[in-house]
Amino acid sequence: MKFFKNKGVQSLLASLICIVLGVLVGFIVLLLMNAEGAGTAITNLLKNFFFYPGADARMKYFGTTLVKTAPLLMCALSILFAYKTGLFNIGTAGQYCIGICACLFGALYLKLPWYLCLLMAVAAGALLGTIVGFLKAYCNVNEVISGIMLNWISLYITNSVLMNVKESTSPYTLKIMATNNSALLPKLGGVNKFFGDNQYITIAVPIAIAIAVLVWILLEKTKFGYELKATGFNKNAAKYAGMTEKRNMIVTLIIAGALAGLGASFYYLTGIEQWEVTATSVPGMGFNGIAATFLGALNPIGTIFSSYFLQHITDGGTHINNMLYGSQIAGLISAVIIYLCGFVLFVKHAMSKLAIRGEENKDVRFEPIKTKADDKLEHAIKDENAKEDGKAVQEGGDK
Amino acid sequence: MLAIIEEYSLLVQYTLIFASVLMLVALGGCFSEHSGVINLGLEGIMVMGALGGALCMYFLQDKVPSFPMLILTVIAAAASGALYSALLGVACINFKADQTIVGTALNLLGTAVAAVVVQAIKLAETGSPSDELLYRTGRAAFTNSFKIGNTVVEFNWFIVIAIIMLVIAYIVLYKTKFGLRLMACGEHPQAAASVGVSVYKMRWSGVLISGVYGGLGGICYVMAGGGSWHFSYGVAGFGFLSLAVMIFGQWKPARIALAALLFGFFRALSNVNGSITLLKDLNIPGTVYNMLPYIVSLIVLAFTSKKSRAPKAEGIPYDKGMR
Repeated sequence: MKFFKNKGVQSLLASLICIVLGVLVGFIVLLLMNAEGAGTAITNLLKNFFFYPGADARMKYFGTTLVKTAPLLMCALSILFAYKTGLFNIGTAGQYCIGICACLFGALYLKLPWYLCLLMAVAAGALLGTIVGFLKAYCNVNEVISGIMLNWISLYITNSVLMNVKESTSPYTLKIMATNNSALLPKLGGVNKFFGDNQYITIAVPIAIAIAVLVWILLEKTKFGYELKATGFNKNAAKYAGMTEKRNMIVTLIIAGALAGLGASFYYLTGIEQWEVTATSVPGMGFNGIAATFLGALNPIGTIFSSYFLQHITDGGTHINNMLYGSQIAGLISAVIIYLCGFVLFVKHAMSKLAIRGEENKDVRFEPIKTKADDKLEHAIKDENAKEDGKAVQEGGDK
Repeated sequence: MLAIIEEYSLLVQYTLIFASVLMLVALGGCFSEHSGVINLGLEGIMVMGALGGALCMYFLQDKVPSFPMLILTVIAAAASGALYSALLGVACINFKADQTIVGTALNLLGTAVAAVVVQAIKLAETGSPSDELLYRTGRAAFTNSFKIGNTVVEFNWFIVIAIIMLVIAYIVLYKTKFGLRLMACGEHPQAAASVGVSVYKMRWSGVLISGVYGGLGGICYVMAGGGSWHFSYGVAGFGFLSLAVMIFGQWKPARIALAALLFGFFRALSNVNGSITLLKDLNIPGTVYNMLPYIVSLIVLAFTSKKSRAPKAEGIPYDKGMR
């Protein structure tokens, strides 16, 4: 039972419960829509690249999932970083979108090499983050609302800017490969071979993982990270302790925006996808990042795995028969997972209670949540009772 | 004179309908926040309300006379909005979950659920997974068209419904015991509890009422778009625009109505900028008009949020043990 007291174990279990329940809800929906194919559909979703029979094809599509995991991980880190300072950066979606705009404009219109395109994306994302941070710190504007407004603004900006570099016969932007080869991120040679000659695997995948580790170090091992977390925990206490809470908020959102912008370049500079200039909503990457953040228990390392998992089922969702079920099942499952993540604190609390109860060798029951002080009081009362019982027995014996 | 009225009639038409949407949803947010729960899930609630109402029209059109169908559609939209908002209530009131995460989840879930449901219905009926519902005949029950010069102007009865709901909101909040108690729970729940008000019940009422208003706003929004709607599109950030309207309106119904008119006007400009000569002469690209409501709301929020009169205890889960 001590096992359940470990914070890491609690987080892992809570995340697993969210996943299992989320997939279960998805399965029930599939059953309701068409009972016959539901089993196949849910296994296809979970199998993703194992869906393909050949080993080569499997590795290739495993690679593609990894390529898409990199931007998702960056979006998740963006949200995580802001959340540690007590800010909910729902604007990640827009920062990601404006990052796409900047790096594709650099690659296709200005014909710049990849590292400059990448920097442009980072700068664009950071700029958007700065606006949100400034509005929050100096004008007290709720960062969720300003984030959403900027999401829509950046969508329209992206569409109208990239209109200049679109193919003449389609609503898609020009192919980077055909227009400016130097803007493609460097490939990894032997590693590409290993993944069935998947040409989209670039330095983005290992760098994304390295950045996750860096974010962990920054938050856990540096004074700066400590200050940010202190600001998130109690703004006024941080201010009282001499930390500049306004500056911290803005810096946090700049970094968060930069991470999201970087994520955009990690994806679009591989040449795997073209932007559609008639898009009517920002890419879902930023919103899926929310799911990845909370499923990863707000830990940068955990986020690596949760991002992969969510991308895995999103790609797996494409193997579900569209003519039986429609296309939104994977989205539904990740939305359910986010909803369930709201209960994580409660679940952890319940687990702690279970662990404590287990140690007392009592029946496991659900009771109102108590504080430590309550527990102490309870113990003290119990001790008193035990003493009195002992006395009673003694007295009885005397008679 | 007639020419000028004709030129601006469409602008008025769209301003009124979008203002109705924003006002309804902002009033919903107002009820929820006055009870102490921040409702960031309004966007999702709107989608679900729209789904309920649209399905009602889709299945009843041509079968039921228009007046009963109008009533049923309104009830269906309000009920499905309220039902969906219960997900927020359970998580945030009973389980003390993070209101921001749950609200965001409801937004994502709303669009996904609506698309899945419509696709399932379409698959069963036609064998192709379309996400579009057609309710042209049903919608006709809500609208009366008339001509000004050569322009066909449409009057949507939802504008009347919105005004009625505004009056109800005002009376409930300020003139009833229930409303005053509800607002007390958002300002100082412990004080409310000490005089025997059940904070949990009040917050549940606030959330469910916001579901009703959000659902009505949702069906009103999709109907402004014409006789059919793609349900995977969502509602284009209108839930959040409504929150901006609510903040600009300082959580007061009458001011919310005025704020909604202002925002509705900017939203309407993107629909009609091609038909007004004054705007055509300015020669501003259409994208700018599309961005306008969002930019305006950012600016307005920057100037009004500083001295905001938000309910003091909003966003903080109620814990009986805390004093």
